[in-house]
Amino acid sequence: MKITKEQVEHVAKLARLNLTEEEKISFTKDMEAIISFADQINDLDIDDVKPTDHVIPINNVFRPDVVVPPMDRELLLSNAPSQENGCFSVPKIVE
Amino acid sequence: MSYNDYEIVMGLEVHSELKTKTKIFCGCPNEFGGETNTHCCPICTGMPGTLPVLNGTVVEYALRAGLATGCKINMFSKQDRKNYFYPDLPKAYQISQFDLPLCYAGEVAIEVDGKPSLIGLTRIHIEEDAGKLLHEAGEGSLIDYNRCGVPLIEIVSEPDFRSAGEVRAYLEKLRSILLYAEVSDCKMNEGSFRCDVNLSIRPKGQKELGTRTEMKNMNSINFIVKAIDYEAKRQAQIIDGGGVIIQETRRWDEGKGITVAMRSKSDAHDYRYFPEPDLMPIITTEETMEKIKASLPVMPDIRKALYLKEYGITEYDADLIVASRHVADFFEVASKTAKNSKTVANWIITEIFSRLNEDEKEEGKIPLKPESLGELVNLIEDGVINSSTAKEVFADMWDTRKAPALIVEEKGLKQISNDDELKSMAQEVINENTKPVADFLSGIEAAIQSLMGQMMKRTKGKANPGMVISLLKEILGGMK
Repeated sequence: MKITKEQVEHVAKLARLNLTEEEKISFTKDMEAIISFADQINDLDIDDVKPTDHVIPINNVFRPDVVVPPMDRELLLSNAPSQENGCFSVPKIVE
Repeated sequence: MSYNDYEIVMGLEVHSELKTKTKIFCGCPNEFGGETNTHCCPICTGMPGTLPVLNGTVVEYALRAGLATGCKINMFSKQDRKNYFYPDLPKAYQISQFDLPLCYAGEVAIEVDGKPSLIGLTRIHIEEDAGKLLHEAGEGSLIDYNRCGVPLIEIVSEPDFRSAGEVRAYLEKLRSILLYAEVSDCKMNEGSFRCDVNLSIRPKGQKELGTRTEMKNMNSINFIVKAIDYEAKRQAQIIDGGGVIIQETRRWDEGKGITVAMRSKSDAHDYRYFPEPDLMPIITTEETMEKIKASLPVMPDIRKALYLKEYGITEYDADLIVASRHVADFFEVASKTAKNSKTVANWIITEIFSRLNEDEKEEGKIPLKPESLGELVNLIEDGVINSSTAKEVFADMWDTRKAPALIVEEKGLKQISNDDELKSMAQEVINENTKPVADFLSGIEAAIQSLMGQMMKRTKGKANPGMVISLLKEILGGMK
């Protein structure tokens, strides 16, 4: 499948990535190679193959509904680039 | 075109927080409120390197909700990542479900103005709630992640709604079903039951749907009804003016009474879902399903039908009683003891409801034993006390929790049904009250009430009113 530079730009925008012109060109090539590799599946007869929902064949991994003490707030916030009034602080968001 | 020539088409997405003890993917407490960021850990604040583990009770509650609304269950279900950037979601993706939700194809029966209809449910899936953005004056936006990771079910309806009345009836019914199933506390003011409305209009008779707008996160049924009314009229005006509806997300501004477009980018809906690699698929067995089905209480509709048919109470009373599961349970137990279910219903709706606040009414927190109300009703039915004395007994019972028979005994409230005693008293009353007697004899029937009042005064309200009336009439009849 052909991948265009516009598609790369779109995906980069969704992922909030700023790509240089050179990167856009090289990623276009890389993505096309990856998609083309996956395209091989289209030529195979996979009618009897169930979709792989998970690579590890384990199901129903559940946790009991039991409270574990939360982390101390100061400790938790110590990783935040910015904090204020017991909150994580981020650049102003306007609706 | 007149507004009335348009048909409104709506579909609803309801988000309901599950009342588990802990969050969906970590052991942090699932509690409303609290100091900011004190119900949090590295998992629910999206720290790198952390891994989620699904809370088994979330699956159980979602299945309960599904089976309570007649859904089919996907015996094989999985979770997926929904990717978007917004700081209330620290991982930059929400763990939700995409193509294999836990429940699908259910229905909810509603009734509007006596007209019954069925609202289809497309699906019910589990997902995590986001944190809260606090827009305070200051440099940045502040975030409280206490709500982040609280388990939600999203209940998606088919576009089956044609009026705000249907939406109201559906939300009330859905809420009551979730309360009966005991999976959510559905407190709209705390945001644990909130609703998105997708709305479009089309000329009546037209097949194709119009362009829809979405109104998000409304948490009051009254606001929702107002928002629907406003939005439908707004769309009609635009179309009538030759304009086109833009597909967008709008917000209801209650203060101004209008919907406002939210700033949204065109690619905001490109969520790039993919299977969540950190969580294993969920397999539900027939056995689990049967176990959950057996543990669900009888739902409000079925109870209502039973109350009308077997207990003979009115539809109005039945609606009030089935609104809360615990009130309904109370009514059923009290009715087992009592000789008259209608009287039981009456006492619940008048005396009990007037003593409860809205929350207590909804939770059905009645601080009495249902058997006590049943016994009180029997004291009236058996003629031991009359209904005005019963109110006094009830008030005492409410305060002291004593058995009604004991209160009657202690206070000497037994109704006087002794024929001879009442007869001589009636004779005295007639002898001493010449004016009403004369009035009655001259044909003013209502004058007998004054004599009745005298009798009640003398007996301190304990006389059997039926007996008094017939005794008075008997004596007065002899004087004509």
